[in-house]
Order: sequence, then structure tokens, then C-alpha cells
Amino acid sequence: NLCTAALLAAVLVCGLTCASTAAAEEAITEEYESISNANEHVQAQDDYARSQKRREITEHDDDQNEPPPSSSSSSSSSSSSSSSPPSKDYFKEELVIRPLSSGDIYASFQFQTRWDTDFFAPGKKVSHYRLFPKSLGQLMSKFSVREMHVSFTQGYWRTMQWGQPFLPAPPGAELWVWFQDSVADVDGAWKELTNVLSGIFCASLNFIDSTNTVEPTASFKPLGVGNVTHQRFLRYAVLPREIVCTENLTPWKKLLPCGSKAGLAVLMKSEKLFHSSFLSLAVHIRPVCQDWGCKGTAWELRQTVNVVFDLHTTGQGKREWSFFKMFSRTLTEACPLATSSKVYIDVTDNPQGELFELNPAAPSLTQAVVLGDRRTYAVYDLMASGTFGLLRSLNVLLRWKTPVDMLRPLLHGERYVAGYGLQTGEIHTLIYNNHPYRAFPVLLLDIVPWYLRLYIHTLTVTSKSRENKPSYIHYQPSKDRLRPHLLEMLIQLPPNSVTEVTVQFERALLKWTEYTPDPNHGFYVGSSVISALVPSVVAMDTSYTLEHPLFSTFFPCKEESSYFVRVYTEPLLVNLPTPDFSMPYNVICLTCTVVAVGYGSLYNLLTRTFQVEEPSPGVVKRLANMIRYLRGVPLL
Amino acid sequence: MAAPLTLVLIVAVTIRAVLFSSSLAEPLMERVEVVSPLNAWKRVVEGLALLDLGASPYSGDVFHETPLIIYLFHFVIDYADIVFMIADGITAVALYLAVQDYNKTVFRKQKYALEADRYPHDCLELIRTPKEMYYIPLKVALFYLLNPFTIFSCVAKSTCGLNNAVIALFILSTIKGSAFLSAVFLALATYQSIYPLTLFAPALLFLLQRLYIPVNFYRPSFWLFTLQYAVMYLGSLCVIVCLSFFLLSSWDFIPSVYGFILSVPDLTPNIGLFWYFFAEMFEHFRFFFICVFQINVFFYTIPLSIKLKEHPVFLIFMQIAIISIFKSYPTVGDISLYMAFLPVWSHLYRFLRNIFLVSCVMLACSALFPVLWHLWIYAGSANSNFYYAITLLFNVGQILLVSDYFYAFLRREHHLTHGLYLKRKDGSEATLVLK
Repeated sequence: NLCTAALLAAVLVCGLTCASTAAAEEAITEEYESISNANEHVQAQDDYARSQKRREITEHDDDQNEPPPSSSSSSSSSSSSSSSPPSKDYFKEELVIRPLSSGDIYASFQFQTRWDTDFFAPGKKVSHYRLFPKSLGQLMSKFSVREMHVSFTQGYWRTMQWGQPFLPAPPGAELWVWFQDSVADVDGAWKELTNVLSGIFCASLNFIDSTNTVEPTASFKPLGVGNVTHQRFLRYAVLPREIVCTENLTPWKKLLPCGSKAGLAVLMKSEKLFHSSFLSLAVHIRPVCQDWGCKGTAWELRQTVNVVFDLHTTGQGKREWSFFKMFSRTLTEACPLATSSKVYIDVTDNPQGELFELNPAAPSLTQAVVLGDRRTYAVYDLMASGTFGLLRSLNVLLRWKTPVDMLRPLLHGERYVAGYGLQTGEIHTLIYNNHPYRAFPVLLLDIVPWYLRLYIHTLTVTSKSRENKPSYIHYQPSKDRLRPHLLEMLIQLPPNSVTEVTVQFERALLKWTEYTPDPNHGFYVGSSVISALVPSVVAMDTSYTLEHPLFSTFFPCKEESSYFVRVYTEPLLVNLPTPDFSMPYNVICLTCTVVAVGYGSLYNLLTRTFQVEEPSPGVVKRLANMIRYLRGVPLL
Repeated sequence: MAAPLTLVLIVAVTIRAVLFSSSLAEPLMERVEVVSPLNAWKRVVEGLALLDLGASPYSGDVFHETPLIIYLFHFVIDYADIVFMIADGITAVALYLAVQDYNKTVFRKQKYALEADRYPHDCLELIRTPKEMYYIPLKVALFYLLNPFTIFSCVAKSTCGLNNAVIALFILSTIKGSAFLSAVFLALATYQSIYPLTLFAPALLFLLQRLYIPVNFYRPSFWLFTLQYAVMYLGSLCVIVCLSFFLLSSWDFIPSVYGFILSVPDLTPNIGLFWYFFAEMFEHFRFFFICVFQINVFFYTIPLSIKLKEHPVFLIFMQIAIISIFKSYPTVGDISLYMAFLPVWSHLYRFLRNIFLVSCVMLACSALFPVLWHLWIYAGSANSNFYYAITLLFNVGQILLVSDYFYAFLRREHHLTHGLYLKRKDGSEATLVLK
């Protein structure tokens, strides 16, 4: 309830910031309705869930490896209990655990809600929501959103130590949205959308304005189906300073059909999740194909949590991980509304169990091609009652026997600021291609705030100490206080090389009110984004015919020989020169004094004339004269 | 006279050529005292780079030069050093010729006045002799070319040098009496940086004086010439602006150049009064104070023209000085232009009141600028107030210098009409005061 109050407050605040008050009020009422509806809806579902739980679990006992039509049984069973479902929806949940070579452990939760309906069908208003959260559904239809990706991340993903994540995200908050091509005022919709999202997720997304929004031309193509690709309908913004906290996790969990009451979401205990090296919450909504022939589109809501637990702070230095150690919870049941609920443990490096042992032993193994590599996973199906054992709880334990080496990621990036002093500086971006013999192109996207004035003529790209001219450059210079710099480049990375991109900038002195409350902490510059099709070691799966685990299907894969990777570099922290904040009055007074000195001396010389100075009479004489003047007698 | 001037030019070019090839050129291009956002060479190169990328140079907020400058450097980018040296040379030669001509006029007038016996008898020591006036033009060229401010400005390739050349050509053509060329160069100077607009009044006064047309509002000849000059000025301004439009086929340069000069959005520190004042300004007073500060530059034109209507060349000097003190993005290059005129007023030296103090202040400030900048930006042991304090002091020094020369000029004029040794009523020696 506390958070509902917070949400309401945030919605009110966001409503206040809305430009058009009428639209804002409408948004507030709608938003409030949708949120309260969503809460009721979750509670209703929970009640429903409790009564249906047993039956569904027994129903799903034996179909653990079936393709999507398996879900129809549950939906038909639920539809038989409700009167007439308008369209089909499914919910799947998944947890992937990947032991990292550094000894840390990577846990990735993926929750997929798929709904075979069309929000934008003419003359049809979608008002009946079942599994899909109503707050997001209303948002999609109100702002004509085609695709929306929002992530909140705490910490920085260390690609060199940890490899590629399933879902990359930059530190801070990232939001990118493709609007429908029917939207006329994209900027207005974007502004309102960020304010509403700010209310939904209790985040500072309302700080997104024109100074940090860009329209990248090539780096962010739609991930779902559809054919609108003009960047006019795309908006991208990053808030590198955003702090992610429990208040963001709570509304995020409320979007799940089972909330955090059942299923994998039970593990998301905030004091454990936030006690980690890396935590990324994300919500992705996109249109996907309903079936293999792609005759109709369905809406996919994918909620993900990616978390890396540190060997030393969480694991107390021991290479021994269990659910309880990581999350201080164990699993006791699947979400009753889910059609699939699985836990995957990456055991590729451990085929015979010589590196670490799993306890309880995995009931089955499966293989998946992900990020250009064929990996083996141990699978625990939560729908199967045998998974939970005698204690009615699942606590997977990984215990290492020997240390391991990791496959080096083929692509990774770094960034830092060079130079000293507060006048100028240089941004260095290093892009590593670790592939031994293949060159491949990457798209580099840099968004630099206006107060670091980039000089594009100082841009250099060098690979192997030779100039490497980008084949495509899109540069949009900044406008003071209006928009940031946008630099997009297509660079060919030679095999086994480091490519260095440098560009010089000048630090601006801002108005004293434009500084953050802690100006000497510095200003954040969002991560640059490296997007690439990396040559794959194994053939990628491009077919739709097989059922893949969720984590391997986020980025659409069009060809077998390569896979899509997005790498975010570190955000930068740059110091700017600051004025003295304590003395605006003094400065105004002193400067005005100098101007007055100029004015006064010129005024003096312009209006007065030279005269011979006569000696002034004594005090007594002046007094006498004054009296004589009053008496009307001639003066002395 | 040509030989010493050539020698000075050779020395000046040699110094610049040596500095261009030295390691001093690179750091100078970053000095905030020498380059401003308006005229930094780095920004010219950036504008050309943006053109090469196919974007309008005015699409960002880095480039604020006029289209003619970009057109000029589009062709001579590889010979930029030479262009800047030539610009300085042109300025010096133009000022040299202008002052030479002006001195002749002054001398002729003085001769007529002496013949008419208009000066009081004790003023003979104020009369200027050809001997002392002979070297003044050379000194002017010397003051401009060998002034460290000019040299730094040239080596940093600040386009301020080009603006100075245009203004010098304007002064030359005015003093030579060519109304058309004067109007063209004035239009060009206005086009480059708005502020020279105020030089319209002195130029008009000088040309009127030269044509023996009295400044009398009831005389049609006065209005006829004023109209003629104004039309020439506005016409050439119009042509230049339209030409710029056709060069880039957009009007983007108007807000990006003139809007930038007038609304002062870039608060990069410089030697002027604007940057810190508007960095610390309360947002709701900002517009008001921008108006006040900008009007301040143009404000003195009318009273000064009334007071100095007999002495338009001194009026030009005053105007240039006021512009360089109160403009929104001043650099040391602007200061060097009016400093070049100081030898012309060497005969005022005996009436200057605080020239020693002012010289000390200017020298000390010039030395302290880089020191305090280093302490603030690099060492971190000082803050912005230190640098701001020096800019304040430097501007007070400039104001005192200009008002001192103004005072001295007015006083000499007073003595020329009332006698040098004034007596009180009781016969004792009098002191002059402003009342």
C-alpha cells in the first residue's frame, strides 16, 4: 500500500509536469484507474490462482518439452471457467543461471506474456485484460506505441570478465520507443509517455527531455515485426545518473501475473537483489509473430531481471552457490498461470560434472544456441512435481571442484576521458575485436550532452596504429540547452585488433542554476552503444519451428553465420568548471559597479563643463548668507 | 617614410612566422583571453568539417562565423597563417595612411586657426608641431603590429584580426573622403559583428565636415548627404546579407551569428563583463540585464556624437574603445585596435591624470590572466572568483584609460579656447574642475 501511495504521488508529480493540463488530467485519471485495476487484477488473479493451482499443476505434469501449442490446454482450461476469452494469452517464466569464470554468478530471469491481439485494430477497443498488465496495455494504445524498451540498471556489466549478457543494458535508465507511423506529434507523445512511465515505475524518467533525447539512424532498429524504420518515429534516451532501488522493483513485480507471490518471482527479494554487482530490470514490449507463418501479430511483454552476485560480498569467497545463498529463498511452486516455468543452469563447461556438481541433479539437459555459441543447460521444470522433491522446495546448489577459464567475448568496448584541467578533454573509445581471423563492422553510437562541445574535426579512428576511416558517419551537432550531440559511425574492425576512436571536446561553463546539486561530483555522460553482427562460431538457429528457451530469442536472428550483439561501454563522469554558487548577489553588484564606473565617468565628462574653481567661503559666512537669504536681504 | 614602415612590417611578419612555427601557437589557440566562441579558429575548422560532412555549419552551436568567412576559408584554409598575417599588415598600413592623412587635416586646421588668431596667447605650447607629428603614423603602425595582444591574436588565428582589418579599411576610406567605400566597409564590419554599427555616426560627421556641410537640422544639404550615406550603408549591408543567404541558401546564420552575439548563450570565460554576470544571474532577470548590457554598448553614441561633433576621429577612437570594453565576447585583439590609436593622442599626455596607475593595472592584469586561469582550471587551487576579479580589474583599467583620454581631450579643447594659465577672480592660479 505504501508503494501504491508512492505511485500515486509520482503519477501526480508527473501529471504536474505535463505540458497540457487537460491531457495530463486525463492521463492521471486513466493512469490511476489502470494502476488500481492492475492491483485488483493481480489480487483477483491470486485468488483465482490459489483455487486453480493444484489442478493446473497436475495438468502440466507430463508435457514439459512440448512446443507452444501446449499452452492452449491451459488457456482452454481457464477459458472454460471464464465465459468467453477475447483472445489468447500465455505466460512463460524462466530463470537462467550461468556460473561466471570470475567466480561470480549470473542469474537472468525472463518473464514473457504473449497476447494474440491487436491493440490498434480499427474500431476495436481492447478493454478486457487477463494476463497482460492493463497499465501497460492502456499506455500502448493511448500513445500508439509500437515497441517499447525500458531498462533500469545498477552497476556496469564487465564484458571482459563476464562475457556477453543475454540482455545488454547501460548503467542508469534507458528508454527507447518506436511509435506507430500514425502518430503525428511524436515529441508530444514521447514527453507524455516518459511522464506516465515515470509514474508507473517510480523512476525519474520524467527528466527525459530534448537535451537527452536523440533519434539514432541505424543503431536501434525495431526488434519486433513491422516495417516502419524511419528514425522519425524512434526516440532514444539514457539517464546515466538514475539510481535503481526497491521502489523500481516493486512496481515492476506488480506487472507479473502472479506478482511476487508464486513462481520464479518469489526469488526476487530486494535486499538480496540489490546486494549485487550488477542488477538490471527491464521491460520490453514488441509485436511478434503469432505463428510460424506470421499471419497475425501478437504482443509480447518481456520482463527481465539480470543480476550478478559477487563471489566475495555475497558468496563470502566460497565458490558454492545455491538459490538460498543468492536469493535467501527457495522455489516451492511455479506460477499457476504460467504455461511454462523452467530453471536453466549453464553446464556447458561441465559436461561430465568434473568442474562443479549440481544438487539436486538435473532431471534433463538441453542445448541452445545463444550469442554465437552452443551451450548446454541443465533444466529443472517447475511444472513437474518431481522437481521439488520431498521437501516441496527446490534449492539448486552448485559446488565447484576446480577453477575454470572463460571464453573471451569476441566484441567488447571501453571508454574513458583523457586530458587534464577543466577546459578541454578527449573521449577515447576502445573497441576490441577478439576474433582471430574475421573482420566485422560495428555501429558505434555516442550521445554526448551539449555542455561538452564536441569538435568533430578532431575525430580520429585508428586500428592497429593505422587510420580506419568510418564508412558511414551521421553527426548531429548539439544545440545549447536543446539537444545533445549524436554521433553514429559504421566502423570495420580488423581481426584481432583494438580500434580507438577519439574526439576532443570543450567543457562549457553553465549558468549556476543548471548545475546538479553536487556539481563537483561531475556530470554523467551515458554509455556509448556498440551494435554489431558478430560472426558466429556455430550455426545460429533461424528457424521458428523449434521451441527455444526465452533467453536465446530476444534479438531476432536473420542469418546463420552471425548473431546480434549490443555492447554498452562505461558511462563517463566529467567535471565541468563551476562558478561560485554562494555569490550571485556579489557578482551582480560588482559587475554592475564596473558598468556604473564606465557610465558614471562618461556621463560626467559628457554633461559637465570645465570651470575655474573658486575658493569656497568659510562656514560662518555661509551661515550668515543662509540667514540673509531667509530674511530676503542681499547676500554678502 | 615608406622604408621604416616596410621595416616594421618585415619585423612583424618575422615575429609572427616564428611564433606560428613554434610550440606556442597550439596553446595560444585555446587561450580564452585571445579567442572567444565567436572567433576561435578551432570553431572555423569545425564549421568547415561540418560542411564536409554535409551538415549546415549552423546546425550546431559551435560555429558562429558569418558565411563570408566560411567561404573565404573554404579556399584558403591551407594558407590561413598567411591570411592572418596579411590581415594584420593591411590593418597597420591602413591605419598608417589614415593617420597620416588625418594629421595633415589637423595641421591645416591648426594653421588656419593660428592665422585667424583664434588661440589664446598662452596656448602656444599646446600647438602641435610638424616635427612631433611626423612619426605618429609610424608609431601607430608600430603600436598595432608589435603589440603583444595583436601578435597573440594573430598567432591564435582569431578572426578578430580580419574584423580589425575591415574596420581599419573603413577608417582609411572615411578619412580619405570616399563615402561609398566607407559605407561598404562599415557594412562589412557591421555584418561581421554588429557593434561597429555605432561607427556610422562618426563616419557621417567626418564626411560632412570634409564636405563643409554644417550639422544643421534645418539644412536640406545635411539631410541629403545623411540620406545618401545611409542608403549606401544599408544597401551594401543588404547586398552582403543576401549574398550570404545565397552562399548557403538558408537564413540559419542570422540567429546563429547575431542572435548569439546579442543573447550571450555561451558563458565561456573571457576578458569581458558578460560571462560571469550571466552565469550567476537569476533566470527571471536574465532578459532584462541582457537588454541593459547590450543597450549600454550603443547608448553612448548619441551623447558622444553631440559632444564630439567637431572631432569625429576622436569619436571613432572612443566608440571602438567602448565597443571593445562592453561587447559580449571581447578578446585582446579588439583592445589592440583602439590601443593603436594612442600615439595619435600623444599630445594629450600632459593632461592625463592616472596613466601610470592604468598602465600598471593593465600590465598586472595581463600577467595575472594566465596565472589565475591556471590556478582555477588546472591546479584547482583557486575558483572562478579569482579569474572574475581580474577581468573586473582589467575592465576598470580600460574604462579609466578611455575616460582619461576623453577628459584630457576635452580639457585641451577648453584650454585652446580659454587659455592655458587660468586665473581666479582674485588673480591667484586657478584649478579647473568639472561642474
